[in-house]
Amino acid sequence: MMEAIFAIMLVVGGAALLSWPLGQYMAGLFSGRFARADSLFTRAVGGAPDQGWKQYAIALLAFNALMFVFVFALLTTQHALPLNPDGQSAASLDLVFNTAASFTTNTNLQHYSGESTWSYLAQLGGLMWLQFVSAATGIAALAALARGIGGQASMGNFFLDLQRATFGVLLPLAIVVACVLALSGVPMTLAGAAQVTTLEGAAQTIARGPAAAFVAIKQLGTNGGGFFGPNSTHPLENPDFWSNGFSMIALILIPMACVWMFGRIIGRMKHAGVIFGVMLAFLLLKIGGAVAFEAAPTQAFASLPVMQDVGNLEGKELRLGAATGPLWAVLTTSTSNGSVGAMHDSLNPLTGLMPMVGMWLNATFGGVGVGMINMFLYIVVAVFIAGMMVGRTPEYLGHRIEGNEMRLAVLALFSHAFLILGGTALFAATAWGQGALNNVGAHGFSEILYEFSSAGANNGSGFEGLGDATLPWNIATGLVMLIARFLPIIAPLAIVGSLMAKTRSAESAGTLSVEGGTFGTVLVITILIFGALTFFPAAALGPIAEHVTLMG
Amino acid sequence: MTYLLPSIRLWLITFAVCVIGYATIVLGFAQAVTPYRANGSIIAIDGQAVGSELVAQNFTSERYFWPRPSAVDYDGMGAGGSNLSPTSTDLADRAAGTVSRYGAGDDSPLPADLVAASGGGLDPHISLAGALYQADRVAAARGLAAEQVRQLVRGTAHAPGGMFAPAPIVNVLNLNLALDRLAP
Repeated sequence: MMEAIFAIMLVVGGAALLSWPLGQYMAGLFSGRFARADSLFTRAVGGAPDQGWKQYAIALLAFNALMFVFVFALLTTQHALPLNPDGQSAASLDLVFNTAASFTTNTNLQHYSGESTWSYLAQLGGLMWLQFVSAATGIAALAALARGIGGQASMGNFFLDLQRATFGVLLPLAIVVACVLALSGVPMTLAGAAQVTTLEGAAQTIARGPAAAFVAIKQLGTNGGGFFGPNSTHPLENPDFWSNGFSMIALILIPMACVWMFGRIIGRMKHAGVIFGVMLAFLLLKIGGAVAFEAAPTQAFASLPVMQDVGNLEGKELRLGAATGPLWAVLTTSTSNGSVGAMHDSLNPLTGLMPMVGMWLNATFGGVGVGMINMFLYIVVAVFIAGMMVGRTPEYLGHRIEGNEMRLAVLALFSHAFLILGGTALFAATAWGQGALNNVGAHGFSEILYEFSSAGANNGSGFEGLGDATLPWNIATGLVMLIARFLPIIAPLAIVGSLMAKTRSAESAGTLSVEGGTFGTVLVITILIFGALTFFPAAALGPIAEHVTLMG
Repeated sequence: MTYLLPSIRLWLITFAVCVIGYATIVLGFAQAVTPYRANGSIIAIDGQAVGSELVAQNFTSERYFWPRPSAVDYDGMGAGGSNLSPTSTDLADRAAGTVSRYGAGDDSPLPADLVAASGGGLDPHISLAGALYQADRVAAARGLAAEQVRQLVRGTAHAPGGMFAPAPIVNVLNLNLALDRLAP
């Protein structure tokens, strides 16, 4: 148990420390501190005029549409293009739609195994490219939101911001992480699979490829899409304990730094401190729960002569250490990463609930940029409720929150629950879902619930026993991912646009301070009511039912 | 046009830098500094590739140590886990098969890692306890003293993460290669 606590402190503490200077750097970057780089970026796109919220949103959508179309075309034609040493054939159109939607939306839900589906060109030129620019899209949107809410006259320019995020944040970090991963044993080669003859004389074909570059940005950009099918449980994607710890820090680093970046751009670091504290509290609570629940041994081995002094080992890798499975599971779903360090389908029932809670809240650090944007939605609602309770005009940073803003905030928050629960209900009631299950009973329901939670939270992890490589699953989750990505980006930009059009008032003694424990408490309660309570009935039917009926 | 042209320019620039430039840098670094690892940690004996140090391969002979169970039968092109719930009866049935393969009983319970399948199905390691459990069988099959084999196992074991992950593990392929060198 002690070593688990050390490992958690190493990863969460290390990332939290590093996030501070990174947030400072990012705030400077997005405030025009690097003028020469900015002028280069501006020339590269032929000018970067100031944009209002609508122009910014249209630019974001236009570029994301191009991302989708290009990668869709690349994936459908991969068999006729170069860099395909293992001779991957054409993929089905619905899988291509799902995959292009998945990587455009920063989700990286994978209804395929990379090593047996995509050519190296498709992986690098299509999917890895999207891992950069989709992550940069989220960071850019946060920068725009922070400028607007912080009182600047303009939201900035999307084309400039996207380059700042890509070249100023993601690329340098990715080079460092990729080189470290390569040193630890993640392959980086354009050669096709290795043919070996085992010591017992059998033939074994071992997939490899340009994985180190891919895995680095997979972790940093809260993407999560693995180079190999089983993601970071694959020994070539995550060779040892240290690559594992390093990968986890890379996973949570930028989402943490985004909070500090937000605080600096709006000039309210104490406020950012409260938000960071609320997010960290939720994160640690989930980690504690997951590690504790996963210490229970594998129930299926209970009546067999098996020594179980190490917790549940099904779906876990020995080299990664005892606490890694549950720790990674919580980190990857608190952020919208979705890479895995253990098989989530084989987690103990209540351990498996923790990642679901992370995806339902989707703001306890959350995806790069968008996690803080989701938290902004919760803040708007929290401020509104608090204002109503004390009978004052609700204000946030001097902006009056009124009906229009509330409608947009609730629309964005409510769509999240609607997409997840609606999709789950539809598939649980029909053969689309029932015919795809790998486990029976409550755990089977959990597989469906998890898949839609993952698509709705733009996460990308899965209870991978689910046979989701079918037409209905590809189309349904593809659509959910697209709506769940762009609605919660556009609505907050619209809220800020609406606030910018109104006169900003000075904060007075009667305004609820956003810098103290009272605000933090209101925020926690709002998140619990909106985020967690909505999903409680579904949780009761899945993981909780499985726990009470089958464990113990 | 206000949005399309900058989008296309952005596409070309980011593609050139983040795909071509970035992949080339990482590829050049990895191949120059650590070519063995960059190419999949493939072990060659007398010029013949026998496996990857990082990827489990199947062993069925009594003369070798056996790896953890694999839900994908050690398929290096289709890695994956069982994705069975810990409460699954299918999992209990599979585990019972493993237990009988080892001939384990209540007086000689199996270490859990020899029964539980790994996440990727290619875990190259077993626990030290799991290796010691098999030492008598391997020693008998090779006509070696059991203590000699146990010595070899202990010499191969390492803690994967120092104080953060002290439970010792053994790389099965390395151990079996050492075994072949000891008593061909």
